[in-house]
Amino acid sequence: MKGPASVTAAAADTRAEVLARIRANQPVPMPLPDMPVFERGSGAALEAFAANLARMGGVFADADVTGDLGAFIARTYPDAVVVCSAVSEVDGTRRVEDVRAPSQLDDVDVGVVRALLGVAETGSVLLTEAQLKVNALGFLSQHLLVLLDPAAIVPDLHHAYRHPAFFTSRYAVFLTGPSATADIEGVLVHGAQGVRSLTVVARA
Amino acid sequence: MKTSRVDHAEASSRFIAAKDHVTFHDRRLWDLRTKRDRAGAEVEEWEDLRTLASAIKEHTLTHLADYLEEFERNAQRNGAHVHWARDATEHNQIVHEILRAHGARTLVKSKSMLTDECELGPFLGRRGIEIVETDLGERIQQLDEEPPSHIVVPAVHKLRRDVAQVFARTIGTDPTNTDVPYLAEQQRRDTRPYYLKAEAGMTGANFAIAETGTVVVCTNEGNADLSVHVPGVHIVSVGIEKIIPRIEHLGVFVRLLSRSALGSPITQMTSHFRAPREGAEMHIVLVDNGRSERLGMSDFWYSLKCIRCGACLNTCPVYRRSGGLSYGATYSGPIGVIVDPTFNLRKYSALPFASTLNGSCSSVCPVKINIHEQIYRWRQIINERNQLPIVKKEAMRMAGKVLASPALYRSAVKAARAGLEYLPRTVIYNPLNAWGRQREVPRAVKTTFREWYLKNRGKKS
Amino acid sequence: MKIGLFIPCYIDAFFPEVGIATLELLERFGLDVRYPLRQTCCGQPMANSGCEDDAAGTEALFARNFAGFEWIVTPSGSCAHHVRAHLTAIEQTEKVRAVRANVRELVEFLHDVLHVTAFPWANFPHKVGLHIGCSSLRGLGLATTSESAGPPFSKPRNLLSKVKGIQIVAPKRPDECCGFGGTFSVFEEPVSAKMGYDKVADHANAGAEYIVSPDMSCLMHQKGCAERLGMDLKFIHIAQVLNGARA
Repeated sequence: MKGPASVTAAAADTRAEVLARIRANQPVPMPLPDMPVFERGSGAALEAFAANLARMGGVFADADVTGDLGAFIARTYPDAVVVCSAVSEVDGTRRVEDVRAPSQLDDVDVGVVRALLGVAETGSVLLTEAQLKVNALGFLSQHLLVLLDPAAIVPDLHHAYRHPAFFTSRYAVFLTGPSATADIEGVLVHGAQGVRSLTVVARA
Repeated sequence: MKTSRVDHAEASSRFIAAKDHVTFHDRRLWDLRTKRDRAGAEVEEWEDLRTLASAIKEHTLTHLADYLEEFERNAQRNGAHVHWARDATEHNQIVHEILRAHGARTLVKSKSMLTDECELGPFLGRRGIEIVETDLGERIQQLDEEPPSHIVVPAVHKLRRDVAQVFARTIGTDPTNTDVPYLAEQQRRDTRPYYLKAEAGMTGANFAIAETGTVVVCTNEGNADLSVHVPGVHIVSVGIEKIIPRIEHLGVFVRLLSRSALGSPITQMTSHFRAPREGAEMHIVLVDNGRSERLGMSDFWYSLKCIRCGACLNTCPVYRRSGGLSYGATYSGPIGVIVDPTFNLRKYSALPFASTLNGSCSSVCPVKINIHEQIYRWRQIINERNQLPIVKKEAMRMAGKVLASPALYRSAVKAARAGLEYLPRTVIYNPLNAWGRQREVPRAVKTTFREWYLKNRGKKS
Repeated sequence: MKIGLFIPCYIDAFFPEVGIATLELLERFGLDVRYPLRQTCCGQPMANSGCEDDAAGTEALFARNFAGFEWIVTPSGSCAHHVRAHLTAIEQTEKVRAVRANVRELVEFLHDVLHVTAFPWANFPHKVGLHIGCSSLRGLGLATTSESAGPPFSKPRNLLSKVKGIQIVAPKRPDECCGFGGTFSVFEEPVSAKMGYDKVADHANAGAEYIVSPDMSCLMHQKGCAERLGMDLKFIHIAQVLNGARA
């Protein structure tokens, strides 16, 4: 068994060798193009967001959800036993702050989170570890409920990628509808590995 | 030991003989192709995005060493470990060492063509580590002990009844139940415990961002996220060509990727891993395995721009009717045809001829790889390196002689005409006449054009 | 305008009526058309098989035969594309470069050089499926493709629209390759035949009586498939239709 010192030396050799070969073989340098600014109107962003979310199999729960989110959850997920919340607006049956290990989320029926922003072009919501608290909440839950401030909807991905979260967070994910697959004969199935449904509620 | 040449034509004849399968395969992938067309048409700046993506990749590849060093610096600053692998074996050894050091017996992984290229599965299997493919298509193939046949939809060549058989044999489902949601649900339930018990999770990377040290993984199932967020160790296998300079460039590539692959604006999960979560470890393995060599090939380095969308496979009329497994390589379809000869020229020397040079692959490539032009170039190389089958080489040598001589050409035409006019069908349609197996041969004519011209237009020439 | 007429080997040998129609059609426009008698082939079969070295003699012969013409016109998109894009097995002298630059496929020539606006003698009262070979389509840009964005155009369709009585019907996959592909048709026969069978079935299902194309090589392959399948479909080159063929 090689000791650590010789493993490191061998690793340094590979690194040097690969970089040297790349430098020897790099074609004539080509310039980096300027990124154009794709400005579009932010008109009707909420409508576009909702329509694209629906296209991707997600649900946009409408304006009548102004009141008690708890009641909405009980109505929407009548068989849910474990509701794990990462937001102050919903108590849930379990607080995500109390979760020690990701595997403890295996029995969660509904996870409740708040998104950092929404993307009108795709119907996506952006979350980081700051919103998820335990990242696995967005994936081990059977269903995911996402609160989104309509004022936080940006027109497209170019705008979304300007968010500082991509430079500071350990993990950031665009969720667009539920987990899905069409691997068997092209038949679309929701809830492939991750959440079976993803519902977005507009809540400032 | 000489490697034998992959015989694509022979494999394709078997694929075509399975009528239900070839019909479904062709329709399903053509459907993805038309979905891609519609998705592209919805984006006004689609062609600008393609041009941008191509230029960003070409810039990056021509400055690759600097960007790799920048990526490594930032990834390490974020707390990730960065390893370098010169080839497949070294990649497998590094991955194994990480797993061994953590006492890992089970590894859950999301889709990575690179790990197939490196044959990681058998390597770890021989060392007592169980790999569980989590993507539904990859899992089907793993359980059936077959490689994936398509970059994006690995089991596209199987019908639901095939999947039912595989699952019944391996994970105990009802063999008579071919309902697709049922089969998918069974795989979900069978796979779930593995995420919870695995000590490590492995992903590939669609993109690696130099400016932040981020790796980006795009899935529809969320299996990459599950593989990373539950176990304590995240291993990323990434080819060195996956680097792009900045976060803002993701706007271009993410907008192109899923539209090109499946016709949807984005994959359901688009995940950005910049640093390990608190208390966990992240290991990034940067893999060369011939890529730095390819960078130096003036005709072929453009193939390194590939973002693995699979659009070229979907549009290729030959791929749709022969299936990915007929190429005998990790990479199939048009991109496979131009990349595989760099891994083994002799073994894959027939692949560049599994093409009509129709060019639709180049048209749909989101990063504007000139695939069909590279296919043409590979044919010249294969001839130069004496890897053409003797029969073909001789035929072309003869044709070249005859067609270079007006007199020989005219004799050949006379002979062909006589043969077609006088020889009986049983002789014309003999086993050596490949054209005549499923097609009628053109009729003999009384007068060639040249003869008509001489008779009707005199000696004007 | 001195026009050199290039008639590819397979048209000379098997489909002389296409060559005759091309010549007559060009003459209708008052052009001085010559057919160099020592021509054979453009070199494409060898070059596309990786054997550029074996194509050299043929390409040299082509360049010698067609030197000095203002335009070289051929009823074959794949040949025109080969000459313009790949006739590189021989030294690129000024003469060779000129020959290469002046080759035009027939539809390109009628559409872009002669700007023909009418074919008053043409009358083809049939339902036709239009097939544009891939070299003509993507190599020469004879039409937009289904995979590309942008305002659609089609030079062959523009010309055919001027033919009395013609009715163009569209197959489900208007520009999928038919599977000829030159020597592909022999060395990858299983896929080639399957593609051909699919193509002719697609046109037949769209109601086509004829398949019309500027590419006789594609038609030769599709015809071979249709005949073996016992289909009623007929095949005709665009030169013949534009020249006034009734059937």
